[in-house]
Amino acid sequence: MKKEDKFFSHRLFGWFIKSAKWYGSEFYITTTGSVIILVIILITIFAPIIAPYNPIKFVGNTFSPPNSDFYMGTDNLGRDVFSRVIYGARVVLSIAFLSSIFSALVGIPLGLLSGFIGGKIDRILSLVMDSIYSFPGLILAIAMAALLGPGVINISIAIAFVYIPTYFRMSRGHTLSIKEELYVEAAKSLGAKSSTILIKYIFPNVIQSIVVVFSLNIADAILTAAGLSFLGLGIPPPTPDWGMDLSQGRAFLPSGSWWIITFPGIMISLTTLGFSMIGEGLNEILNPKITER
Amino acid sequence: MTNNLIEVKNLKKYYQVQKGFVETLLARKIDFIKAVDKISFNIRKGEVFGLAGESGSGKTTTGRLILGLTEPTEGKIFFDNIDISSLSPSEMRSFRKKMQIIFQDPYASLNPRMKVGDSIGHSLLIHKICNEAEKRELVLDIMTKVGLTPSKILCEKYPHQLSGGQRQRAVIARALILQPELIVADEPIAMADVSVRATILKLMMDLKNEFNLTYLFITHDLATTKYICDRIAIMYLGKIFEMGTIYDVYSNPKHPYTIALLSAVPVPDPKARRKHLIPRGEIPSPINPPPGCRFHPRCPKVMDICSKKEPELIDTGNKHLVACHLK
Repeated sequence: MKKEDKFFSHRLFGWFIKSAKWYGSEFYITTTGSVIILVIILITIFAPIIAPYNPIKFVGNTFSPPNSDFYMGTDNLGRDVFSRVIYGARVVLSIAFLSSIFSALVGIPLGLLSGFIGGKIDRILSLVMDSIYSFPGLILAIAMAALLGPGVINISIAIAFVYIPTYFRMSRGHTLSIKEELYVEAAKSLGAKSSTILIKYIFPNVIQSIVVVFSLNIADAILTAAGLSFLGLGIPPPTPDWGMDLSQGRAFLPSGSWWIITFPGIMISLTTLGFSMIGEGLNEILNPKITER
Repeated sequence: MTNNLIEVKNLKKYYQVQKGFVETLLARKIDFIKAVDKISFNIRKGEVFGLAGESGSGKTTTGRLILGLTEPTEGKIFFDNIDISSLSPSEMRSFRKKMQIIFQDPYASLNPRMKVGDSIGHSLLIHKICNEAEKRELVLDIMTKVGLTPSKILCEKYPHQLSGGQRQRAVIARALILQPELIVADEPIAMADVSVRATILKLMMDLKNEFNLTYLFITHDLATTKYICDRIAIMYLGKIFEMGTIYDVYSNPKHPYTIALLSAVPVPDPKARRKHLIPRGEIPSPINPPPGCRFHPRCPKVMDICSKKEPELIDTGNKHLVACHLK
């Protein structure tokens, strides 16, 4: 058992060195991002084990600075900031993932159809998507969130709405160029139906560039989600949420309680950074042409 | 008598020239690119019909029109006496079994996200000819026939893992698996390495005999047509200039353009110094082709009548057709 384990780790290490040499700096960017995100996801999953206290219970004195009992201090109600930060990852990550999946599920098929069919449908859809895109994202998300009300699913939908055009434009553009490829023409001359061409020939070639957009999109969605809850449109208290903690702790910064907002802020930045690094690194690895330009 | 597999009658394909908004306001008339301008020919069953000409002469468009990949502006195409343009889209889809295409670029004509075996056999599933298990058998069989061996290993590969020659063989296999009657080969060897060209050509000829195929061989390379074609048509700016058996056209070319093209074919004899009759300048724009004979601005034997009257395609005996005032 142990021998096999060593063998596996050895192989993993060998693969790592080989890939690092092959891809260069992009590989390190992607790996660093992946490690950050992996750690955060593990924290999310094992939150009940890692967190020392219940995040919504008053467990100590109010405003105690970081010490050996409370690693990140306590907030204005005497709740443990460390526990809140750990549990907060759950809300943020689920909103970010859900919203990205929602917008991908809507945006990609619409983009494929729009690019493939063309004509009037394409013009109308592009017009609608461009008008959504031209709105400032946060303002649109605020409007949608106010319309839908609080809750993880509702907030995800509100944010998803903002990012649908990103997926739409991406998949439409790729469909337009892939539609002209010879292998699509070949499929046509084989007698394939349009639906078969779209599913078997165009979609698999569009989807590979979506991975990049997806991880960059998650990074963006985290910021928007934090922005929404900072403005009080997120998950209702007392559920731990980084954005909410930021906006509440802000009031106590002048009195010297820096720890209430510093740690959630760091976590938001780290998570966003992690996903951005994955996205950027993958972009370079999957589309090497970009570096040549 | 030999019957015709393909009959093309007065075929035209015009493309409208795309213009900017301001230009549309200023220009009175709409310009057309006359890619194929009223051509007629027929291909007999079992022959190799060559279609040769410079780039931009409308060869590929003709091939695409015959396959029904673009709609003709005017004219009719008969396949086995069936008018292709009269077929409904679903009839057309099942009709495509009978004619297949081999593209010029084997690197772009295979789906990069599909295994080679699946690419080759996909048409069997499209036309519901067989199920998944039988497909594998047929695919391996055809792969062996076109020389893609070991077929069991290669059919699991993706196109980017194959060499150029192997890919072209895969494209040929894909075209053959439906057992078509006509194969349009659009410069099938232009992208291949010189070393591979001869093998691919030989393979195509062997397969022709085995499967009873008819080829429409589109090329700009007169040296290869000489060895494989039975009849040939020379195209220039969407028009056919000369058409006849390969022997007639090569031994007795009548059109100055054909003569010029043939003089550019290399001869494997260093002592043979030939007089090069290279046409002057570039091929003119097909938007506004020269009046009269389209070749007259570049023709070494230009006469007065050439710029005024367009010559008809006239039979000079033994079905050797020439469109020139000289004859």
